[in-house]
Formats: sequence, C-alpha cells, structure tokens
Amino acid sequence: MKEKIIYFDNAATSFPKPEEVTKAMVHFSREIGASPGRSGHRLAVEAGRIVFGARERISQLFGGKDSSRVVFGLNATEGINQGLKGLLRHGDHLITSSMEHNSVMRPLRALMKEGLAVSILPCSQEGFLDPSGVKKAIRQNTRMVVLNHASNVVGTIQPLAEIGEVCRRQGVLFFVDAAQSAGAVPIDMEREKIDLLAFTGHKALFGPQGTGGLVLGERVDEKELVPVKRGGTGSRSEQEEHPDFLPDLCESGTPNTVGLAGLLAGLEFVIKVGIEKIRHHEKRLTERLLRGLGEIGGVTVYGPGTAEKQLATVSFSIQDVAPSEVGLRLDEEYGILCRLGLHCAPAAHRTLGTFPQGTVRFGLSYFSREEEVDEALRAVGRIARREA
Amino acid sequence: MSMPQGVILFPSIHFALRAEKLIKQKGISHKLIPVPRHLSSDCGVCMRIPWEKKEEALGILAEAGVKVDGVHPLGN
Repeated sequence: MKEKIIYFDNAATSFPKPEEVTKAMVHFSREIGASPGRSGHRLAVEAGRIVFGARERISQLFGGKDSSRVVFGLNATEGINQGLKGLLRHGDHLITSSMEHNSVMRPLRALMKEGLAVSILPCSQEGFLDPSGVKKAIRQNTRMVVLNHASNVVGTIQPLAEIGEVCRRQGVLFFVDAAQSAGAVPIDMEREKIDLLAFTGHKALFGPQGTGGLVLGERVDEKELVPVKRGGTGSRSEQEEHPDFLPDLCESGTPNTVGLAGLLAGLEFVIKVGIEKIRHHEKRLTERLLRGLGEIGGVTVYGPGTAEKQLATVSFSIQDVAPSEVGLRLDEEYGILCRLGLHCAPAAHRTLGTFPQGTVRFGLSYFSREEEVDEALRAVGRIARREA
Repeated sequence: MSMPQGVILFPSIHFALRAEKLIKQKGISHKLIPVPRHLSSDCGVCMRIPWEKKEEALGILAEAGVKVDGVHPLGN
C-alpha cells in the first residue's frame, strides 16, 4: 500500500493533477504524437489543434481578445525573460517591487549591466506595494512596471487594478508575473490594465511542468519585440529570416505538445470548475490554516494573515526550530511535504524580515482538504511543543 | 461533376486553425490540406474551399482579423 502523504508544496508545482490531464497526455502520446504546424498531414493538424486549443483557452481565461498574442514556452520564467529582454533597451527605466521572485530579479540584474535603470520599491511587511509609490517613482524614461501578482513566499495579492491604472495613465507598460495566481484568482487583462502577463502551466492551471509563457496585450507593439530565440517555426519555410508575426515570432523549435495537451486539459478543468469556486475553497482552507497556526504558541505567521488578501500559500516559522528541521520532521514523521528556507526570492524575505533563515511554506491547492489542514496543524503543534 | 475548388493560404497554422473555427461556424464546406508545392514552399497547411465561396470566406476572415497570405484556384 502507498504511504499516506499530505502534499502541501503546490506553490512549487501542483500535485495531484486532475485525472483528465494525465489522460490527455497519454492520448497525445499514443494516438497523435506528430509535430504541430509542420507537415500537412492529419496528425500534424491534430497536434496543431491541441496547441491552438491551449492558446485559445489561455486567451479566454485572461480576457484576451487575440489568441495569436499568447506565446508558449517552458514556464513563467521564459515568458518573463521574453517580455523583459524583448522590449527593454539601453537607457530605459523600469520599476519593480521588493517582493519579486528571482525569475524577475535575475534577468533585471543582467539588464542593469546593459544600461537598464531599475527602481526596486519597498513593500510593506505584509508584502503589499503602494500604488501611490509607483506613481511617484515614474520618470520620463520609465518604460515598464513589472510586478509579482501574488507572492510565492507568503501569497500576498497585489492591488493590480490600481497599479495598472497608474501605469496606463502614465503610458508605462504593466508587466504582471502571474506564476502563482493564474488559475487561483480571476485575472482580466482588460480590467486590470495589464500589458504583459507571464504565466506558468504547472501550478494552479494544473498542467504538467514544462508549460508556460507570455500573453501580450494590445499595447505591446510586436514590431518592437525582439525574440529571445529564433529558429524553425513551420511557417515561412522558404525564408532564412525569422517570421515577424505572432505567435511564431516568439516560438521557435518543436514545442512541448504533449505538455500542452495536458495544459489544455488543465485549463478546461479550471474553466469547468470556475476560478471563483476554486478561490472560495482555497480561501476557506487558508482561513482555517491561519487560525490554527495563530493558536500555536511559538509560531510566527508571515504575510497578510488574512485569506482575503492572499493565496493559499502560508509561510511561518517556529521559535528556536530551524525551518529545515521543521521540514524534515514534517516529512519523515508526518508525511507532510512542504517547502523550506528561502523561496528563490531573497528581496521578499528581507521585506518580510525572514532573511536569511527563511520560512516553512505550506502551499495548498483546490485538491487540498480540511482534514489535511487539521492534521498538519496537529503536527506543527507537536513540533512547536517539542513533543516526540 | 465536382465544383471548382480553391485554397486560402495563411502565414502559419495558428491562422489556418482560427480560419477553420470561423468557417465551420458559418457552415461553409472546407478542409485543411497540405499546401500545394506549386503555390508555396511552406511546410504547413492551407484551407480548401469551393471556389464560389471564396469572397464570403475571405470576408469572414477579414472581419475576424485572420491574417491571409493569398487565395488561389486549384487546377483539375
């Protein structure tokens, strides 16, 4: 019999996936298998339909109007790199927050060496960025504001619409990293005035790892967008110049079609259940977890501390017990799997006051259950009370 | 006797598939086929339609903003 586990590492990657996702990937592998957009035979067209379907669903989910402006890649990181490196030039100024993941910070550090000016705005200890601070930081050469929609460390959900409004008024592009939030909270690029949205397929959209990408709003001029890679696209095959139209402009080489088959099934699952219902379930569990942790002596919870303002991602520490020690005991003694330490976001930990020791992070999902939260709370309680 | 046919060419499969969705909704008979070698060296697909439906189909695609590379009659 399989040993019972409680998987609370959904902020890293969601598990389990809906059964439909596995089925779709097996179906592709067994019955389709061909390369999309290459050749003209029926299986190539069938493979093309899967990629097209996933593109249409992504566009639909984020309120996009033109699915050719959805470009797929391996993950949100690839989408972020494409958006930043594809548009920013020497002499531009960019604004970001102190809650960013390294997927944003590291490309920015490299671009700074090439002449990009960057302002990293401090956030509150709960992780919120003040929209008025963004307005004040905008300069004449500010080209873009890039912001993590929801913190991967503490789940803090930023006030996107307010910040989007500031950007739109000042003529600055608004780039949102939705790695954690896409599928977990409703996102509408029109309503929130988002110009670029990076997403990953393998978290709350329930696709497999190796799927993700970037959605470009209408205000991004594709003629200004430099692709981070060039190569075969299946289109314009007679030319050695790379195509200048989307999505081919930003998609070279054979895609992860089996992964996109899984992502398409994940997207259909999310659309069928409804993000509102997913959010409701996760909020209920988050509230229960936050309340429970708050009742355990010696436990400090970081972030907003209220489910309304955060994702189902909760970071905490236990007094005088290192996160690594907590994690080891949770895994070995209780079968609870979570993330420990620094979560690829050093600036965020400095903001929260948890650098360099980090935190213990519980990342819940739509598939998490109340009983699992209660069992985890009992385990944390025993560790905090130094009970064996 | 079969009706004369033609093909619509697209910049990439994305637009061919968008076209397929739209043309299907309008009930025009159609099929995605490999691009005939004499029309283009592209390795993708194009859409075969009855030649008499050409104007109607192009109108639908233009309205939806589907990029089209060309339209050609098919010889017998």
